[in-house]
Amino acid sequence: MSFNNHVVITPQLVADHGLKLDEYQKILKLIGRAPTYTELGIFSAMWNEHCSYKSSKKWLRTLPTTGQLVIQGPGENAGVVDIGDGQAVVFKMESHNHPSYIEPYQGAATGVGGILRDVFTMGARPVAVMNALRFGAPEHEKTRHLVSGVVAGIGGYGNSFGVPTVGGEVEFDARYNGNILVNAFAAGLADTDKIFYSKARGVGQPVVYLGAKTGRDGVGGATMASAEFGDEIEEKRPTVQVGDPFTEKRLLEACLELMATGAVIAIQDMGAAGLTSSSVEMGAKGDLGIELDLDQVPTREDGMTPYEMMLSESQERMLMVLHPEKEAEARAVFDKWELDFATVGRTTDDLRFRVLWKGEEVANLPIKDLGDQAPEYDRPWSVPGMPRPLDPDDIPQMDLADALLRLLASPALSSRRWVYEQYDTLIQGNTVQRPGGDAGVIRVEGHATKALAFSSDVTPRYCEADPYEGGKQAVAECWRNLTATGADPIAATDNLNFGNPERPEIMGQLVHAIKGIGEACRALHFPIVSGNVSLYNETNGRGIMPTPTIGGVGLIPDWSKMARAAFAAEGEAILLFGAPDWWGTHLGQSVYLAQLFGRRDGTPPPVDLDHERKVGDLVRILIRDGVATAVHDLSDGGLAVGLAEMAMASGIGATINQLDGGDPIPLFFGEDQGRYLVTMQRDALETFYDEVYPYAGVFAPWIGNTGGTTLTLGEARPVPLTELRAAYEGWFPEYMKGEIS
Amino acid sequence: MKAAVVVFPGLNRDRDMIAALTKIGGEAPAVVWHKDAEFPKVDLIVIPGGFSYGDYLRAGAIAARSPLMETIRARAAQGVRVLGVCNGFQILTEAQLLPGVLMRNASLRFVCREVKLKVENAATDFTRGYSAGQIIRCPVAHHDGNYFADAETLARVEGNGQVAFRYAEGTNPNGSINDIAGVFSADRNVLGLMPHPENLIEAAHGGTDGRALFSALLQLAA
Repeated sequence: MSFNNHVVITPQLVADHGLKLDEYQKILKLIGRAPTYTELGIFSAMWNEHCSYKSSKKWLRTLPTTGQLVIQGPGENAGVVDIGDGQAVVFKMESHNHPSYIEPYQGAATGVGGILRDVFTMGARPVAVMNALRFGAPEHEKTRHLVSGVVAGIGGYGNSFGVPTVGGEVEFDARYNGNILVNAFAAGLADTDKIFYSKARGVGQPVVYLGAKTGRDGVGGATMASAEFGDEIEEKRPTVQVGDPFTEKRLLEACLELMATGAVIAIQDMGAAGLTSSSVEMGAKGDLGIELDLDQVPTREDGMTPYEMMLSESQERMLMVLHPEKEAEARAVFDKWELDFATVGRTTDDLRFRVLWKGEEVANLPIKDLGDQAPEYDRPWSVPGMPRPLDPDDIPQMDLADALLRLLASPALSSRRWVYEQYDTLIQGNTVQRPGGDAGVIRVEGHATKALAFSSDVTPRYCEADPYEGGKQAVAECWRNLTATGADPIAATDNLNFGNPERPEIMGQLVHAIKGIGEACRALHFPIVSGNVSLYNETNGRGIMPTPTIGGVGLIPDWSKMARAAFAAEGEAILLFGAPDWWGTHLGQSVYLAQLFGRRDGTPPPVDLDHERKVGDLVRILIRDGVATAVHDLSDGGLAVGLAEMAMASGIGATINQLDGGDPIPLFFGEDQGRYLVTMQRDALETFYDEVYPYAGVFAPWIGNTGGTTLTLGEARPVPLTELRAAYEGWFPEYMKGEIS
Repeated sequence: MKAAVVVFPGLNRDRDMIAALTKIGGEAPAVVWHKDAEFPKVDLIVIPGGFSYGDYLRAGAIAARSPLMETIRARAAQGVRVLGVCNGFQILTEAQLLPGVLMRNASLRFVCREVKLKVENAATDFTRGYSAGQIIRCPVAHHDGNYFADAETLARVEGNGQVAFRYAEGTNPNGSINDIAGVFSADRNVLGLMPHPENLIEAAHGGTDGRALFSALLQLAA
């Protein structure tokens, strides 16, 4: 096997590595000579958008990342938040968009694998996952294949690994035809005094490789994920990694056992850009150099070049710095789990990243410039143009009951049961709210009453129309969904999916969305503790809708008092909390207009953050006091869809009054923000209106009652629950069978 | 009664099973790693669910051929009760400690949902906490739960009262022949079932229908 580390670096070779000419000039200046071939690969791996955040860093810094409960904010493998009693929740969301489009099963599976590793790398046992998925139009030729592959891949990995999927999102829109989004969230539990970090300490300490062997899969994956797609996309298939959940499960158990021995000084999983980024990260953070001897790296096949080894994204691998005196103990743990264990290098005091292969030094680079001092851009951005508000005289009409049924049977709002039944939602025995409600909830094992709530949210329609309001809304809806269970929202992670940041209008979307997210997070005391940015989600020059997914975590002191969306009983009062004095009529950018009339006009509903907080805090108190018997947040599809969901989940109908004189369409389908449906027993109403309401400063009209087997919205035709359910449950399975397009 | 939970690499419902046995029996079961030299003396051996060895050859196939299974086979022959749930059931059929096989679900997809089970034979150590014909709720979570046996085996299993549970009220989630969800060995001391009674034992699970299986076993005198 011949490998020439000293090939002539041509402009074409530089471009093939996704590096811009000025970036290459920067490399020349930094090292004072032409890089070797391996070095060029290392730079491309570290300086690409995916690993360096070079376009977004300036703006990410503006997000609130601290708080009373925050133990670790962004910059580590995952965020860490205190949940009391010496325990912490460790969580993050990360995208695997590009690979999942190219190879849906493996792309999605390894996305789940990667995020789980991020969590257990920090010493936490994963307890919940969610997945926010966005696909192209249902009628697009690839959509069915992609849905089927992505869902099977997520299930195949998570189910085998053994973690419950408790929530997520599935959406369809033609703007994702060429770039689907797979955003995977994972959360784990750890003791606050046993959190592990990636910062190496001590000179001359062994750098140890653990887990699966290194193969040629995924070489150049991170660079691929930092470029747009063209027509040659199929050629990129070899850059997608292959997942092995069985190895990941063993790696989890082995890592947790190893951590318990006290042998681990620093740990970093090998994710994007594998061995390169994990070693650079550990060294750069610890102000240490790293020397790697590639002859010691366990490989899956013979004849791998140093270039391939440094850029491989083979899955289920970890790098650690260990206490040398505990090496034998550590090796025994990995022998038990039949995983590879090899000392592949050591820490040094010279701040260089040196790579040896067959006696040759194939790379020798300044470690800080590769890592935490990578390039950063202040890319030009333009102020997004704002749509005109919807003309109140231009509201298309439809029979209300028909509109509701058609919306429930639409790709946007139909039941996702076909998807979430392929995920194990019960494993570990702690799930107390499964997917399908406002948020997934799991008990905290070992604690009598405590639970954690999880929700993932964003409304790309709103973000496209107004990135700033859309960013705010994504945070507010996540906060609201957690609140609707009775949880205190404690912190969030963000997964920012956008198009090509080199275009000022896309950069403008990113900048404004981050501003909106930051403002909402500050107002709601909901810090961002981890996250991921996925740019270049474009095909042939057309970008996706701006999609800043927010994954939030809430803390429930006593799960026996949490609220669910299903109506609790017949004959209860239904109140609309947080309504403006006309109940809400905002139809701009609504699902009603988009799904039933193909219209994407108007401004998105604005979010009043002070109001949001006031309403949410009141609803939470009513849940904990046992006054609220069922709670559901209002979002896509407004009041009508919210009521239908509560009715279908319980099998109990409802009758809703109607405001005099108004057009019922905006009243029932408007998507005004900051609203909840809350039910109460009739005899609790008087106390509420007499003793709480006068001081609450929140409008909460009594709009109807539960009962019966139909849903009656004002003067509209009563719709039997069986008819609602048939519409709601029918679309997804029929679509996947190919019976509808 | 003393219980042991067996752990092969890749099993992942061991923690659920240990929690259920501990909460119901008031005592933690022994946990036996597949390579442990000693197998404790117990009255009940439980093989929990998961994906032993990744289910990479066929579900349960590799674990069924591991040395530990020979010990379990010998104990079963001595009359020790053996319970296999989900992957544990698959392992027991692969080891031929139970009749029939478990094929890929008819939908070809993993399925996690709640189903109804009819208790077919309540006259065993495992099922005596239920009454014959009783309908209970129970969750399933599997990719390969489609029970099948050739006509002769099926006739024997049915005729001999070896069907423990059947999916009821049209809830068969996987295409199992005769809606079979769980079967006994001919001696009734080995039970395998696809559903997860260990995930329906307390209020937090939304029901306790799975509890009677474990409480009946754990209350037996050794």
